[in-house]
Amino acid sequence: MIEETAVQMLYVLSAILFIFGLKMLGNAKQARQGNMLSALGMLIAIVSALVSHDVLEWQWIALGMIAGALVGAMAARLVAMTAMPEMVALFNGFGGAASLLVAWSEYHRYTTTGEFMDVSVLSLLIVIVTILIGGATFTGSIVAWGKLSEKLPSKPIQYPGQQFVNLLLVALLVGAAILFAPLRETVNIDSYTLVIATIILACLLGISFVIPIGGGDMPVVISLLNSFSGMAACAAGFVITNNVLIVAGALVGSSGIILTNIMCKSMNRKLSNVLFSGFGSGKSQSGG
Amino acid sequence: MGMMLVFVLILASFLGFELISKVPAQLHTPLMSGSNAISGITVVGAILSLAGTFVAGGEGVRIVLGTLAVFFATINVVGGYMVTDRMLSMFGSKEDSQ
Repeated sequence: MIEETAVQMLYVLSAILFIFGLKMLGNAKQARQGNMLSALGMLIAIVSALVSHDVLEWQWIALGMIAGALVGAMAARLVAMTAMPEMVALFNGFGGAASLLVAWSEYHRYTTTGEFMDVSVLSLLIVIVTILIGGATFTGSIVAWGKLSEKLPSKPIQYPGQQFVNLLLVALLVGAAILFAPLRETVNIDSYTLVIATIILACLLGISFVIPIGGGDMPVVISLLNSFSGMAACAAGFVITNNVLIVAGALVGSSGIILTNIMCKSMNRKLSNVLFSGFGSGKSQSGG
Repeated sequence: MGMMLVFVLILASFLGFELISKVPAQLHTPLMSGSNAISGITVVGAILSLAGTFVAGGEGVRIVLGTLAVFFATINVVGGYMVTDRMLSMFGSKEDSQ
């Protein structure tokens, strides 16, 4: 266990490396070194986290990290060159799922220590927001992966009342969040039911958000989901009050929005058009 | 403490907006992939969710959630950086051969 100040300094160092890494990734000559710098930043952040507390459950951390590293490395090595974008979508979905699980675990801690009623409304809302963004990113990315790899039909899937279903999901999510945080003392609903409902609704929202979009537009959607997974990490940073998650998540979240916009422009499309028109099967763009 | 974190969030968001300006089209996918790897930073949150917060004897549900979170986030980190490097390496060799 090392001192808190030292840990914070190391987090700052890794944030700086992420910034340089992102900057260099936008430049053809420096992109590969940029990625290396960013990976070094990640290594520093992980090592700092490992030494920052008296780790009691090290065997579980080791198990998760070794298994995850093996799966990630195999997937990255074995994937065909042409299948890389959908692999990125899948990785991105796992990142979203991890943020969801971090928030869930923190909520579970509130309930077991009995501090649930003492936690501020804002903190509880952040838990719900993290679960929402993380869950929607997870399933949205899985659908994007399915569409690109043609495990799902890459045509836009549309049905009557689609917008209504999306609005209904959002309304239910807002309702669950209100019952969960500000009204928790007045309404007699088990908070765990609300958390599970939020997880399910968020996952449904991710699916219903991406299925009406055609396979040809998936790169833009993956870029947007990538931005969301950054925001999920950022929100998880607020849940556990950790600087490096907030900084790195915000960097990915905002730079992801800019990149999504650039990608839309290079296709001569508007983002709203990509997301809500149901076009983008590659052939039907004349009306867009 | 809370206000400080919001301050950090806003500054980092603006930095992210400014960081990406003109990106050549062939770098769109590697940039997306590289920044996706950075979003795996949630692995730090996952590690911390398992570190130092348990009373003696541990706590089953949180161990399961935390271990799964570490697992998923590590896939994101390791896979993300490696696949980005692979993309960029093809890109580099193509440039050299021309």
